[in-house]
Amino acid sequence: MDYGLDTKSTRLKTFNTIFIITWLLIACFPFIWTFWGSFKVRADFFSRSDWWYAISAFNTLVETGGKFTNNAYTEAWTEGEFWKASKNTIIVTVFVVSISLFLGTLGAYALSRSTEKYAFWILMIALIFRAMPHITLVSGYLFPFFELQIWGILPTTIVVLVAINQPFTLWLLYSFFKTVPKELDESALIDGCSYFQAFRHIIMPVMWPGVITAGLFSLMLAYNDFTVTALLLNQENHTMVPKIQSYLGTNQHEGNLMWAVSAVVSATAPLFMLVMFFQRQVISGLTAGAVKG
Amino acid sequence: MPNKTFFWFFLPTGLAMILFIGLPIISTGIQSFYAQHDQVVKEVKKCDPFGCTVSIVVDNEETTKIRDAKPLGKFNGFGTYTDRNHLAVDEIKKFWNETESFGAFVDQVTNLPFYKALIFTLTYCLFVTPNVLLLGFIIALSLNAVARKIRGPLIFGTILPMIVTPLVGSLVLFWMIDSQGIIGANIQNLMNDPYLSLKSSKTLTWITIIIYGIWHHSPFAFVVFYAALQTVPQEPIEAAIIDGASRFQRIKHIVLPHIYPVVTFVALISLMDNFRVFEPIIGFSAEGSAQSLSWLIYDNLVNEEVILFGSAAATSMMTIIGIAILLAPVLIRTWKEFKTAR
Repeated sequence: MDYGLDTKSTRLKTFNTIFIITWLLIACFPFIWTFWGSFKVRADFFSRSDWWYAISAFNTLVETGGKFTNNAYTEAWTEGEFWKASKNTIIVTVFVVSISLFLGTLGAYALSRSTEKYAFWILMIALIFRAMPHITLVSGYLFPFFELQIWGILPTTIVVLVAINQPFTLWLLYSFFKTVPKELDESALIDGCSYFQAFRHIIMPVMWPGVITAGLFSLMLAYNDFTVTALLLNQENHTMVPKIQSYLGTNQHEGNLMWAVSAVVSATAPLFMLVMFFQRQVISGLTAGAVKG
Repeated sequence: MPNKTFFWFFLPTGLAMILFIGLPIISTGIQSFYAQHDQVVKEVKKCDPFGCTVSIVVDNEETTKIRDAKPLGKFNGFGTYTDRNHLAVDEIKKFWNETESFGAFVDQVTNLPFYKALIFTLTYCLFVTPNVLLLGFIIALSLNAVARKIRGPLIFGTILPMIVTPLVGSLVLFWMIDSQGIIGANIQNLMNDPYLSLKSSKTLTWITIIIYGIWHHSPFAFVVFYAALQTVPQEPIEAAIIDGASRFQRIKHIVLPHIYPVVTFVALISLMDNFRVFEPIIGFSAEGSAQSLSWLIYDNLVNEEVILFGSAAATSMMTIIGIAILLAPVLIRTWKEFKTAR
């Protein structure tokens, strides 16, 4: 803590540095290791004889002639049809983010400007909905979706993910709109604007910081989802995460496990870059509801 | 805002939530009272020169006919709830009467699928949540003492475990901890036991999944605590330093009381998230020794032959009841605050 009066002993400082370095190693090393290993052959990364092969690349040299190989990537993306999965992920993510922001901003704005009692109850119900394990909802969807014959296709999954995402988006944007002064849109109402006009011309220009944060979280939910996509999409329409699971297989025969490794790296890299870029928004979103207590 | 305007603004999101969160819960409730049809069997008489034999075979045609006519299954009332795979009422009664010691009784009960899953889920929550709070708080304190300039990259590194999806996070760890991975192989060498592996023992599997849980959730606690630490007022701390309070005393008497509401918030969120633990079980391929409530539902829904809608729905309803029990104190408190505020 940066207190003027607070002087830290060198021992405490060293201890602190060691602790942070240890923690960062624990947090980041698994990802670095997987990235490194994804350029090896299976016999090296999952070595039965000696784990050091993963570093010395003994088998990779024997099998491919180089110390690094991108075989796992090329195979997973072509033969393993990971390109199709990533295409599906992009479609799902784009639609989920745009639809949930559209619905969420309208609803959250109304909640933040309402003084009625029901606004409070709606927020409470949203909190309960937020707590529902997704798998319990999926067990409710499957049967009706089979009967209506809308199971397995992307639009169904998009709508479901939008709905599952709404409670969190509502809460986030609600606390954001609360910080936008009421006087702004009230003055527009006095000048004869309708609520929709006030929202369109006064609120929309100033809401982007909140919307970007909410959008990031919708994106992470849609991008990362496993429960819904694995159970509501057919093989053909699988997004990246269920696709990775399908590479694991049951008998784990050669090749496929390395596909999973390269697919994990391919799926994680864009996410990490995005978070690096928008780190501040992610952190402000996580703390939005919390710090105010 | 007038009610009418509110209605139109809220309609789209409200409709989405009612149709795809509210209705599914009701649908789950209804499904839990039905069970899949039994297969229709018929007797087939087969005669050959040595005589006739009667065998019983499944009548596929009739079975599909019944399934198509009543796709929801046959009405089963609370039958699914009380059967062996759920609350196992009869089995428990039997164990109670037959077993000699209480320990043996507990042993028998905890081998029933539902109770097994419930115990794993609760154990996971019980160990992960407090450790997440503790580790998150220590990381926040520790990062808060680092020079401002290098905090950005450090925070980025810290939140990585949280932003990947649980399946990927657990796979990445599993590939290291597995007997053929870097950590697993080294532990084998260290212990001099070539057969030591994650899958060899139930306790080891549980510990690994719990460690994964702490690894995955701590960054969230860290972020919230870190933000809260920025709002701690400076004056009382300076006064405490002048009065000679130790670092520990300052944290205990000034920092902690200030961020207390945030601690309950983080505890609640991580409890809710931990209660639905399920992806790590798939990531660590630990189905054999660790099953959670959510995993039971998943397992019923991906069943090869017939999807066990009724069974999945019954487990789902009981999971929802569990969540309600967890949430009840918070809801009651909020309601009381709301009532006094009026």
